[in-house]
Amino acid sequence: METSNSSTPLHPVRAKPRQHGAYVAARVAVNLLRLRIFIALFAIVVVFSLTADNFMSAGNLLIMAKHVTIVAILSIGMTLVILTGGIDLSVGSIFGISGMAAGYLLLEGVRIGHYVVFFDTFGVAAIACVLGALIGAVNGYLITALNVAPFIATLGMLYVVRGAALLVNNGGTYADLSGNPALGNTGFEFIGNGTVLGLSTPVWIMLVLGAITIFIARKTPLGRRIYAIGGNEQAARFSGIRTHRVKLFVYTFSGFCAALVGLVITAQLQTAHPLTGETYELNAIAAVVLGGTALMGGRGTVFGSVVGACVISILGDGMVMCGISDFWQMVIKGLVIIFAVVVDQLQQRLQSRMVSLTA
Amino acid sequence: MSGPNATPRAHAGHIIETRGLSKHYPGTAALVDVDYKVRRGKVNVLIGENGAGKSTLMKLLAGAQSATSGEIRIDGQPVQITDVRSAEAHGVGIIFQELNLFPDLSVAQNIFAGNELTRAGVIRSRDENEQAKRLLARLQIPINPRTRLGDLYVGQQQLVEIAKALSKHIKVLIMDEPTSALSRNEVEILFKIIRQLKQDGVTVIYISHRLEEIMAIGDCIAVLRNGRLVAEDDIANIDIPWIIEAMVGSSKKRFAFEQHPIGDEVLKVADLSLKRPNGIYAIDHVSFSVRAGEVVAIYGLMGAGRTELLESLLGAQPLALGAIELAGRAIDALPIPARIDAGIALVPEDRQKQGMVQLMSILENMTLSSLGKFANRLAFGALRRDAQVVAATDIVRRLAIKAASVDAPITSLSGGNMQKVVIGKALLTSPKVLLMDEPTRGIDVGAKEDVYSTISLLARAGIAVIYATSELDEAMAVSNRVFVMASGRLTAVIERSQFDSERIVRASTPATAVV
Repeated sequence: METSNSSTPLHPVRAKPRQHGAYVAARVAVNLLRLRIFIALFAIVVVFSLTADNFMSAGNLLIMAKHVTIVAILSIGMTLVILTGGIDLSVGSIFGISGMAAGYLLLEGVRIGHYVVFFDTFGVAAIACVLGALIGAVNGYLITALNVAPFIATLGMLYVVRGAALLVNNGGTYADLSGNPALGNTGFEFIGNGTVLGLSTPVWIMLVLGAITIFIARKTPLGRRIYAIGGNEQAARFSGIRTHRVKLFVYTFSGFCAALVGLVITAQLQTAHPLTGETYELNAIAAVVLGGTALMGGRGTVFGSVVGACVISILGDGMVMCGISDFWQMVIKGLVIIFAVVVDQLQQRLQSRMVSLTA
Repeated sequence: MSGPNATPRAHAGHIIETRGLSKHYPGTAALVDVDYKVRRGKVNVLIGENGAGKSTLMKLLAGAQSATSGEIRIDGQPVQITDVRSAEAHGVGIIFQELNLFPDLSVAQNIFAGNELTRAGVIRSRDENEQAKRLLARLQIPINPRTRLGDLYVGQQQLVEIAKALSKHIKVLIMDEPTSALSRNEVEILFKIIRQLKQDGVTVIYISHRLEEIMAIGDCIAVLRNGRLVAEDDIANIDIPWIIEAMVGSSKKRFAFEQHPIGDEVLKVADLSLKRPNGIYAIDHVSFSVRAGEVVAIYGLMGAGRTELLESLLGAQPLALGAIELAGRAIDALPIPARIDAGIALVPEDRQKQGMVQLMSILENMTLSSLGKFANRLAFGALRRDAQVVAATDIVRRLAIKAASVDAPITSLSGGNMQKVVIGKALLTSPKVLLMDEPTRGIDVGAKEDVYSTISLLARAGIAVIYATSELDEAMAVSNRVFVMASGRLTAVIERSQFDSERIVRASTPATAVV
């Protein structure tokens, strides 16, 4: 939970010297563990700047920023889902179909009767985002109204949506999405490669989306309700929280975030490929978990997930630059995720020990 | 199930004896210096109000908990019962009130769960089915051992639980309110089985609130009050008034009850019903009305339908039928959030599971039902921290909650203070009708008094308070009227001027077929 830092200390430290020492040690340890994701990020950056040439070069930072934004935007939506105690496995597929939808709209347009309608870039992006949100809403509907377990509902959608992405162009890609000036749909590339005030568009998308989501999570009734549902769904229901609506929102929002990522990638590559985003749902979940959000729900932060996305993404890029083999990269990435959860458990244990030391 | 073992130095008539048995929890003594004797081959009834220490005593005998001091003797020998298995090794088995069975396993698999019949590590299903069949036949339980447990009625499941206990060759079977979920027929079957067990030499310890039932099946009776054994006798020597007198005691507790003006009708319930999955009514065509500023206690035993009634009023029982009017407005079709908005709020029975979010602070828990009030429209719906702090601090002061800070985690509070936070959450919704389900369960005496004075305070402010309780003292403490429920029916409505403990207890006793 994101609690205020201004709260008075809960348990005044007792006078007994031994207990006091143990308490302070535990508190220092807990605080260090709380900051672990930042420590990890710092360590990774230091290690790779020493071992990999050009790691800190402007060009490389730009490439890494691109990779970070993809995982980060997915993990922002994923965080809210996981905070309610759910999971969204369909984001990778949504991300794929959103790119395909954009490609289709740009190159083929929509046939209405005898006319073919083309949308401008903004319209294309908006439709792709709405599509992603709608798929997310279907997830939410399955999970709330039809009572399907989130894992199963979104696993099913992972396949359905990936299949649909392949069906759009019969398994083919849409290449060269620079648009046609005559149709007024140029400029799609800006979403992926544009620059505003020195920062690339995807970074802006990540920052704005992140800021809005952090605001929702920390400051609004909706955010409080998301945490409450993950913390104790029955109590939330008895408190009069419309749990179905809240869940519908988080899955819809996660679908929307995934669609945004699809647009970003497609614009960067100037090509829509139906298989993009495969296994990215797992990267997003890993980022959320690394960022300290409990898979059981109720505990975690959006900001943590963004930092977690940085860690997982920079770790991957750094290992590539150091020439570590693909196989070892997978092993290391997996170990890092497991280690993160082990450390999280350690923190929980220490915290309860701290309470017992003062009780 | 051997007959009464003729252990050489066995105490003639007593299979179990406790000496000076005590159990202390932090802050409370659940059991004080109890010398309890269980007669061999008899049905030993144990009775007492909620919190009198019955369950604690049984848990000590069955190894689910260990005593603070005192000793337990079985067949005259002092024994150390450390866990359920060691209790079973001494021949003591227990059937808890809640069923501990696996709905997706067969009856036979359930009976042998944890004690599977194996050869070379492989389960012998055929042997299990055979043995289960013989066991069930001996108990005259007409159930096929291959049936999936979940397909049985609750009553039949209870019988499977008994068969499971008996499969372990026990000499003493403890039954904790075995009939609370049973229909009349099922109770008859159960009684037949108990008589059969007696013939086989099994000793039964039978905990129940149903007085007629006790008179029908019991041989001897012991009464617990406030953790002490206060009376023992043969059933043949006593009558129902004796039991009530022993249970409640003569020392009436006094609470400051102040008569205050009562307003107009605010809640009207007509013909409310709810069926359990086994077809028995949990709420059986209940009608009543409550006025503003009135305090109504719903007294009833476990399974009388109190919780279901309160949950139906809040809208948490979607299958409930009947008309509910709040201040003249029909609310029976509304979902929970709309009913809360309309002015009804519930303090649930199980505060840990239903009342609070453990990961949240006091303030966050308290404002959970009324977040809309604290959202600032001018700031994109952001929650106003200052307004929340003011509201939470006000509740902390009014309900005398002992907390270091409103930002402290709710789990740092004592049970009584947690309960007050849950009550505070309900109050912040500005309810017209406040429902409280066992509001003082598991909290200490001081906190109980606080809860009672809170109820009076709210009533004076014009809120109608309906609280469910299974303690007689509590039912009569601060209420204007007592509603008595039994087996889902409203069996008595008693005005304060007519309060009479015997009448209330009698009305709460379900009419079972006395075999």
